Formats: sequence, structure tokens, C-alpha cells
Amino acid sequence: MVYSYYPGCTLKTKAKDLDMYARKSAEALGITLEEIPEWQCCGGVYPQAQDEIATKLSSVRTLNSAKEAGNDLVTVCSACHHVLKRVNDDMANNEYIRTRANNYMELEEPYAGETKVLHYLELLRDVVGFDELKKKVVNPLKGKKIAAYYGCLLLRPSGVMGLDDPEDPSIMEDFIKALGATPVVYPFRNECCGGYVTLQDQSLAQKKSNKVLGSAEAQGAEMVITACPLCMYNLKNNGTEHDLPVVYFTEILAEALGVK
Amino acid sequence: MHKIGVFVCWCGSNIAATVDVKAVAEAASKEPCVVYATDYQYMCSESGQNLIIDAIKEHNLTGVVICSCSPRMHETTFRKAAQKAGLNPYMVEIANIREQCSWIHKDMAEATAKAIVLARAAIAKVQLNKPLIAGESEVTKRCLVIGGGIAGIQTALDVAEAGFPVDIVEKKPTIGGKMAQLDKTFPTLDCAACILTPRMVEAGAHENITLHTYSEVEEVSGFVGNFTVKIRKKARKVKMDLCTGCGLCTEKCPMKKQPNEFNMGLDKRGAIYIPFAQAVPKVPVIDVEACLKFKTGKCGICSKVCTAGAIDYEQQDEIIEQKYGAIVLATGFDQIKPTKFGELGYSQYPDVVTSLEYERLMNAAGPTKGHLLRPSDGKPPKEIVFVQCVGSRGQSCRDKSYCSKVCCMYTAKHAILTKDHYPDTNIHVFYIDERTPGKNFDEFYRRAVEQYGVDYIKGQVGKVYEENGKLMVQGSDLLANEQITLAADMVVLAAAIEPDKTARSLGTMLTASMDTNDFFTEAHAKLRPVESPTAGVFLSGMCQGPKDIPETVSQAGAAAVKVIGLLTKDKLLGNPCVAHSDEMLCNGCSQCARVCPYGAITYVDKEFRVPGPKRVETRRVAVVNEAVCQGCGACTVTCPSTAMDLKGFSNRQIMSEVDAICK
Repeated sequence: MVYSYYPGCTLKTKAKDLDMYARKSAEALGITLEEIPEWQCCGGVYPQAQDEIATKLSSVRTLNSAKEAGNDLVTVCSACHHVLKRVNDDMANNEYIRTRANNYMELEEPYAGETKVLHYLELLRDVVGFDELKKKVVNPLKGKKIAAYYGCLLLRPSGVMGLDDPEDPSIMEDFIKALGATPVVYPFRNECCGGYVTLQDQSLAQKKSNKVLGSAEAQGAEMVITACPLCMYNLKNNGTEHDLPVVYFTEILAEALGVK
Repeated sequence: MHKIGVFVCWCGSNIAATVDVKAVAEAASKEPCVVYATDYQYMCSESGQNLIIDAIKEHNLTGVVICSCSPRMHETTFRKAAQKAGLNPYMVEIANIREQCSWIHKDMAEATAKAIVLARAAIAKVQLNKPLIAGESEVTKRCLVIGGGIAGIQTALDVAEAGFPVDIVEKKPTIGGKMAQLDKTFPTLDCAACILTPRMVEAGAHENITLHTYSEVEEVSGFVGNFTVKIRKKARKVKMDLCTGCGLCTEKCPMKKQPNEFNMGLDKRGAIYIPFAQAVPKVPVIDVEACLKFKTGKCGICSKVCTAGAIDYEQQDEIIEQKYGAIVLATGFDQIKPTKFGELGYSQYPDVVTSLEYERLMNAAGPTKGHLLRPSDGKPPKEIVFVQCVGSRGQSCRDKSYCSKVCCMYTAKHAILTKDHYPDTNIHVFYIDERTPGKNFDEFYRRAVEQYGVDYIKGQVGKVYEENGKLMVQGSDLLANEQITLAADMVVLAAAIEPDKTARSLGTMLTASMDTNDFFTEAHAKLRPVESPTAGVFLSGMCQGPKDIPETVSQAGAAAVKVIGLLTKDKLLGNPCVAHSDEMLCNGCSQCARVCPYGAITYVDKEFRVPGPKRVETRRVAVVNEAVCQGCGACTVTCPSTAMDLKGFSNRQIMSEVDAICK
């Protein structure tokens, strides 16, 4: 199984673990991730403005590279996944954006959303299968109570992300179960960590992050996993009232597969 | 040679403001065969009609073209006027220069040019019109009411009182519908069962009413005055004529683990059960999915304890066929299960309930015998949060776009009743707008606020979650402009109402049109609110749109009046614009019969004289039953040999219109 792989900037700097363990685990699962050559930043934040075409172009280049390679595109960072899927949806369904983006790009063949974008978790659930994953676990995380933190970007808008029910998701809990650990369901798992607001008003991000960690802790979690570098930053730096370890989901995956 | 008169209506400023009516009349007067053309302010008024009548007489007109509003509006008016003047009514053609011209154009020159073209097409068509005589059909003096809730019951009673036999088909084992599940009714707080059950009993006992409960409409054919309906009477596995309704079988049934639908699944019932104490008919039904006898072949306790010998495990579904003159749709509604609103926790927390569930929790015949006890641990709740508009008035794919109309009032009712019985309970209501128009409605709501001190919060709820055994309700208080979190023992969701799921298949069967929300459409939103656009089909209650009990009962009565008006007639004038087949062209291919939605086309073998030594040959040709044909025209466009044609809309007439437009 060969997939085009888009790591994104943060995974080359602050979130090296997220990237490294994703690659190691993929290898253990027999999946080849081919990093897209000369990829650029996805844009970081999906531009909502309808007339803002230029900021979507780097994503279009990535999507088109995967198309030319003839692969589905896998990404692991929540934010990159969010931006790539939404831009891809625009290219498939929004004629205005599609036409203008293609006018800029001047590709040999116009891009119209042909690439299938998969989050790494979707790859595990829909391609590998959680039952299969369970069989490949060599080091089950038995007895470990792990809380999945979804944040907001991974699931919403649900119509475009198509990943899971945005209000009552289960993909990460099923993932935790497959690794042999016990998932902890808590009410604030799909709430915002504070995101970029920490730059403007840190107290607000602290309030949000503490709420998330407090909620997980109250349900007996020993550890929190996330797929998002920004969530990781907030939970670690702004979750000041709690001492709950936060790791990337790929790290516990690598641990369970014995490749950490 | 025809003598045609053209009458251009101003419709006040509706047409005249956008179309130069004088120019249209002037242009029409130059068309072939037109001997008279004029314009007038209101052609449909009495003086307008007299103008037409006088012109027909004075100019010996043989055809009339009215340039006015849609034929759906006034075709009948103008046909009657022509008839008064001695002209065959089918020699009148309407050019729709209002809905299809003046209302949709802004530029006068363009609109006028288009109106002239439309008039020209109608003039071309009327030259090929032939006088038509409408046939008559008998009216079957019997009414079918589909749905046995308060709407269906009321319509049936009113029609039956006028002396016509009525059949009620109800899919549940008893009539009564949703109203039977309600506790008290706003704004008078009289008990729903107390006012409904006498009506149910009356319907059950009325000499002119036949109940088909636990039954469904299977097939409908025919047309106004002459419907033929197949009804499936599902096997109750209990003989109606022998059962005394003692209920012993329901007590002794060992399979008491089935969710009780009547109590919204909040308690259990047996595999053999009577839905509720006042059920009509009070005859149990066996749920074969749950019954041990049907699953394993063992048990049979109900049969053993039944002293009347009414249990019949071998009973099969029965199909009955009946003719009706009129059909009333009273299929009612359901409350949505708010499972799509994951943030409100309905699926996760047992103490988050819908308002209909709350209704059962308050009711003396409900699962808690009328004591307000929360489902999780059976404790009385002290803090209750009501959330309105769950799934109503929204724009997302989860929501209904419409207002469910009854929620504001029943939430106020829930609040008042709860405070009445348990004064130490604190009640909070999240609302978008309080909508309480109706007699004594706003006073009722104000009582909740002023007299009972219910805490109304303008805003919506974003999340419900559990913390330390409490349901935390996070919402926004828009008047205070702050985010608030309330700790509650119970949360009640005023979930949206939607039409009953069976409505769509019935709509298809009856060709009764529906809107995008699956509510049945009325023939005219203002002037024909209880009639479906399909003749002979009437609408009663929630199946047409959200409404409360008084409104439902009023509409049910109005539908009954329309039914009575129809059934009082002995004969109905048919539509002479029906299909007919040219035997000389028909090759007997059967394609027309296949597309006919009314089953109006049959085939006969007929002898035809032919040249040559054989002299005669027998050919299979189509014959149209004119009493059954509704003139839809599907056969005429299907026929490969152009043998099928529609009177009043013949292929030649339509082509001449097209030619006139393209000229």
C-alpha cells in the first residue's frame, strides 16, 4: 500500500514526534508513505473568504502532486488535514474557486478535487482496520486509561471532514481499544483548547485547556492523546492546573506496535 | 370560419402596470379570425363577465380568448360566462399574461411583446377547439379517513353525523393518536384523556363509522367520487368478535420486556398487550416479533387463560376492498428523536428526555403513575432545564426549517404543571423567541413567568454534559450577554415535530402532493386550505402542517364539510378533456396502457374492413374509459403512432400554439 504523505511544517519542527512515530508505525503496518517532494505549508488556517484564492494554492499544489503520483493523500496533523480536505472540497464543488485556482496554477490538466485525502486515523480505521491493527499489536497497552482529545479541527465541519460524528465521535476511542488500552470518554473531548487565542489572551486559552484536562482527569484518565500540534501546545503550556501527560496518538501507536 | 373575441384584462395594476394591455388588444385584433378585441380593468368582475357575454351575442363569437391570470384561477369563471351566452364552455382559451408574464417581468416593452405572443398562441389554439360535453360519473357515498387521531376522529364524526358512512383506517391497534399520550392540554389544562376518550368511544360506537384499526391502506385507484381502496387488516391474532377486553391475557403474558410505545419506551409491556386503558377497540394484539409462541412454538398462556377463546394464533392478514367517494388524510405527526443533536446528550444521558417522554412522566397513567421521577434513578428532579426549538427553525442538515408551533405553549404547560405539583422545583427555559399567539395563550405563558416564577432565558444551549452527578447545561443568555452553565437534574428537549413516516407512501398512492418537509400541500394556501390539489382528497390535522389541538379540530371539521359537500352530490361532472385513440392509427402496442396512472386504457380486438380479397381483418386496438381518464396526457406523448390524442389539448392544437409563438 503506497500513499502520498504530507507531513506539514509543524511536524518538521515542534511536532517531530507526531511525524516520526507515524512513519515508523506505517512501516510496521506495511504501509509506504511517500513524502510529497517540495511540499509547501498548507496555509495553516483554512481561509474562509470566498475571494481569497492565493492562500489556497499551496494546498492545491499538494493535492495535485498526489493526483499526479496516482496516490491517495495521507496527512496526520489535524490542522493540515482540515485545510487540505476543505480546499479539496472547494476544488471539487465550488466552481468559482476551482476556476480561479486553476487559472493561477496553469496545470497541464486542471485540478478538480480528484485526490482522496485521508487522515492517518482514517487510514487505520478504513484501510488497515482496527481489528487488523489489534492483531499487529505486540505490546498491548493493557490497563492504561487513555482519554482521546479531538479538539475542533479534526471533526468539523463534519460534512466536509466526513471523519466521525462531531458531537459524539468514536474513532479515537476505537483506536485506543485496538491498542489494548481503555478509552476514557469525557464531555470536553471535542471542545476547543483555545487555539491561537493564546497569542491574544492567554488566560482564555488557559481556561479552555484546563476545562478539557479537568474533564478528562475527573473521568479517571491517566493520559491524553491528540492529533494536533496546536492542541498539544495549549494542553501542555496552558493546562496549568493539571498534570496529565499529553502525547501524540502516533506515539502510543508506535509503542503498541513495538517500534518506539 | 371562426369568429374570435379577445378580452385583455388589466387585473388592476397586476397586469396593466407591466403590460401595455391596449397594445395587446390592438395586436390581437389583427390576428386571423379575430373579429373583436378589447381590454378591461377586471375581466373577472360581474361587469367584465357581462362584457364578454354581450360581445359573444353581439358578434356571434364562436371562440373566446381571455388574456388574464392563470387558468387555475378563473378558467371556470370564464367558461361559465361563455356558457351563459350560449357558447360551449370549451371554446374558451386563457392566455396567462399575469403569472407567466407581468409578474415575472419588469420591462414593459418585453412583457408586452411576450403577452402578444401568448395571446397569439391562444388564438391559434382556439381555432382548433371543438365543443366538448362533460360526462357524468356517480358518487360513491362513503368516506375513508386515513388516521385515527383527534383529526381523523373529528372528521369521521362530523361526516358520520351528516348521515354518510365513514371508515377510519388506523395503523396502530387503537384510535386516539398522539393526543391520547398527552397529559393536560394548554391553555385550559383540561386532561387530554378526559376530553378525548368520549370522542373515541363515540367514534367506536357510531352507527355510520367503521373502524379498521391495526390496518393500513395498501392500494388506491380511481378518482374523485369513485376511489377503490384496498386495506390490509393486519392479523391481531385475537378475534375481535369474541374478545371481551378483560385484559387477563396481557397480565399473564410472561414476555413483559417489550418497550411500551405508548409510554415512549419508558416502561415495558407484554407480547400481548392493549396499548392503554381507554383503547378503542379494547382488544389486545399480539406482537409476533416478541411472542414466545411465535418464536419457539411453546408458551400459549394467553390462549389458556382466555375464557372467551378469542386468541387465534393462526389468524392471517386480511385484505378488504371498498369503494369511496372521498378520502381524508389525517396521518398526523411524530416527534423527532433528537439523536443527531449529540451536544444535547439525549443518547448518552437517560435524564435528558423529549417533551413527549416528559408528558408520559407527568401522566397518571404513565410509567411513574404521575409522579415526576427521573428515569436514571427514580428520584424527583429539583432543577429542570427545558430547551426549546431542538431541531426546529434551523438551517443545518439536522434541522427542520419550520417552527413546530406547539412547543412554546406545551413547554409553558410543563413548567406550570411541574411548579403546581412540586413548588420547590426550579425551572429554566431556554428559548429563541416565545411564540404564543392564540386565544388565552400569551396570558398562559405570562402566568408561567409572573405567577410561577419560571426562569425564561433567551438563548440556546450549546452543550449538556455530566459532572458530579449533575447534568451541566451550558448555554448563552443573550439578554445578559453572558455564557452560563446550569446544574440540572433533568433536561427536557422540545424536539421538532415532523409528518408521520407513512405520509409519503400514501401521498404517492393518492398522487397527493407534498412539500419538501413531507407535509401535504393544500390546493390553495389561503382559499382551499383543507383540500389536496388532487380532487376528492382532503387534509385534516398535522399532516398538512404543525398545529395545536383546537386548530386541528377546526380543520378536521372544515375537511368534513368539504367531504359532505362532495358526498351530497349524486353525480359529478367529469372532465371532457380526456384521451381518445384513433383506431385507424393504433397498432395495439400497449405502451399507452403501461404509462396510464389511472388504468383507464384497455384493449379490444376489433374487425376492420381492408382492401383486398380478405375484406376484413381483426386488430387489437386501445380503448379509453372516459370516466376513468383524468386527461394527464401521458399516453399521448408515449404513443409511437400518434393514435392517442387528448381532447382540448390535441397534438394539432399544441403544435399550432408552438407555430404561433415561433411566427
